[in-house]
Amino acid sequence: MSALQTDATIKANGRVAHRFSRIVLEAPELSRTARPGNFVMVKVPDAAGALLRRPLSIHKAEAGRGRIELLYEIVGPGTCALSRKKAGESINVIGPLGNGFDFHSQQRDALNILVAGGIGVAPLVFLAQRLKKGKMLALIGARTAAHILCAADFRKLGCAVRIATDDGSAGLRGRVTDLLVDVLMRREKDFCPVLYGCGPKPMLEAIARVCRENRMQAQVSLEAHMACGIGACLGCVVQTTRGYERVCKEGPVFRIDDLVW
Amino acid sequence: MQDLSVRIGSLALKNPVMVASGTFGYAREFKGLCDPGKLGAIVTKTITVRPRQGNPVPRTCETPSGMINSIGLENPGIDAFLDEKLPVMQKYGVPVIVSIASEKDPEEFVALTRRLDKIRAVAAIELNISCPNMKKKRLIAQDARATASCVRTVRKATGKTLITKLSPNVTDITRIALAAQNAGSDALALINTVQGMVIDVEARRPKIAQAVGGLSGPAIRPIAVRMVWEAYKKVGIPLIGMGGIMDTQSALEFFIAGATAISVGTANFIEPGIAAEIVSGLEEHLRKNKLAGIKEIIGSLRAGLA
Ligand SMILES: Cc1cc2nc3c(=O)[nH]c(=O)nc-3n(C[C@H](O)[C@H](O)[C@H](O)COP(=O)(O)OP(=O)(O)OC[C@H]3O[C@@H](n4cnc5c(N)ncnc54)[C@H](O)[C@@H]3O)c2cc1C
Ligand SMILES: Cc1cc2nc3c(=O)[nH]c(=O)nc-3n(C[C@H](O)[C@H](O)[C@H](O)COP(=O)(O)O)c2cc1C
Ligand code: FES
Repeated sequence: MSALQTDATIKANGRVAHRFSRIVLEAPELSRTARPGNFVMVKVPDAAGALLRRPLSIHKAEAGRGRIELLYEIVGPGTCALSRKKAGESINVIGPLGNGFDFHSQQRDALNILVAGGIGVAPLVFLAQRLKKGKMLALIGARTAAHILCAADFRKLGCAVRIATDDGSAGLRGRVTDLLVDVLMRREKDFCPVLYGCGPKPMLEAIARVCRENRMQAQVSLEAHMACGIGACLGCVVQTTRGYERVCKEGPVFRIDDLVW
Repeated sequence: MQDLSVRIGSLALKNPVMVASGTFGYAREFKGLCDPGKLGAIVTKTITVRPRQGNPVPRTCETPSGMINSIGLENPGIDAFLDEKLPVMQKYGVPVIVSIASEKDPEEFVALTRRLDKIRAVAAIELNISCPNMKKKRLIAQDARATASCVRTVRKATGKTLITKLSPNVTDITRIALAAQNAGSDALALINTVQGMVIDVEARRPKIAQAVGGLSGPAIRPIAVRMVWEAYKKVGIPLIGMGGIMDTQSALEFFIAGATAISVGTANFIEPGIAAEIVSGLEEHLRKNKLAGIKEIIGSLRAGLA
């Protein structure tokens, strides 16, 4: 599968929560070839004064309707300019990029734990759309109740949901990894836990510890500053047990025990 | 049909548009996004004798109208390059120019050149004596005498077209350009990145791990055009101009200033097909202005005000 560059028509673009927006794109090719964990490089609208494309995970893909969705947090000029684009206009995207989650060897007795911190829910909803075997549990961590994303999406996809917030305004007061420890302690023994994670680095590091202690397999999606997104500039590397690897090409999804923290 | 062909040393190019070292990977990365077959030549990421794992991260950040990088010449080393990368690159039917750097001067430059000299698929050799990201106190390209001695030594090791890549981080580019020419370089590539730095104010830390890196993109274009123009007035060998070329219009600035060919760098990251588009753009420009060939534009800057 090779990436393609396309002008995608915007079908919808608007706020879903505090500083978070969702954009729906008409992109038939992408909607067919994208796999969970893939991302696209979005060209920032000219007026923003931002030069490089911005990487955004594919949040949902519906091959039937030829659409993909991106979920983004408005944090700077690129995402701000994106949030001002209107339905009917178009944006240029390159994708699908990156390796994606590997869930094909998944077993019927798997307990798929999807752990999301903040905007990290974005690729995990797409994964939940495609996971077919085993049970699904989503653990969502956020700053406050107002920052929780996609709980309803996960439930609609047959996923049990548990929430942790920093201030306790929803769910458990604490970290999403506290939830994880709790889940692992109480789990039904005939299900084999497999973890898929995406979120800030400290969260992933904490997950790595829990996984090591529980001898549990995990794949996590990483972020790195990306200039090209296609493996050409060698800017986005991460230290793995095999040496530096490109987050945009060999990743963004890595087996957690291949990463060197 | 407008004539876009140019010569760089003994190398004949069907058109004067190349891609800059380190910004086009080993071409394969652009599959489906750019047809390398349309380009005049492809320049490889800089290769060294031994594999290099490169600098710590973060390695890149964005700046006003540009970006800073400190990759540190990550590359698989000459052996793996020849085994794995070159065979793929040569399939596009376009000259492959191999960029090289040395960790031990000038022995490794000579060793690399000797090996490349024997390989047919290598159309030319570009001496990267100007990489700002190698932790050297001083670049060869910052010293006219060191430049002359390096080029002279390498010149003896090959009959292939030799291109010397110059650094903008100098007081007088023409002295280095002349030194490289007089030592036997067939052409000059300019400019490499401009040294720069960005600070994250909240953290009070540099935004890239090595603190200082190389600035590229439209921000450096005026510097690059000026340096090509200065060099053009002093040397007789062909110049390959680069620095912030984003489209046909900016490419034309370089030809008018005196470049025989141009390289597209950072723009490949944003519009991966842009180098190929510039080829058609140049042809269109020539046609519109009723010019028979690109050579009519090279160094055609008019003096003073209209
Ligand atoms: C593979 C991948 C997938 C991503 N998926 C999503 C997603 O689905 N939704 C989402 O909201 N964000 C996602 N991000 C992060 C997103 O790319 C950045 O938030 C965005 O580039 C910020 O651009 P800006 O111009 O708005 O802000 P800027 O002013 O450029 O940056 C604001 C902040 O974002 C950081 N940032 C900038 N560029 C990047 C980058 N390339 N990678 C990581 N951080 C960056 C900056 O360091 C800064 O702290 C992803 C990043 C990667 C690498
Ligand atoms: C990410 C990156 C990596 C680069 N790597 C190399 C390199 O390995 N060797 C080299 O000679 N120049 C390297 N360069 C410099 C470019 O070849 C070019 O000289 C410079 O970027 C100016 O052109 P631009 O503004 O069009 O990018 C690199 C530039 C970038 C942005
Ligand atoms: S972003 Fe350029 S290699 Fe990954």
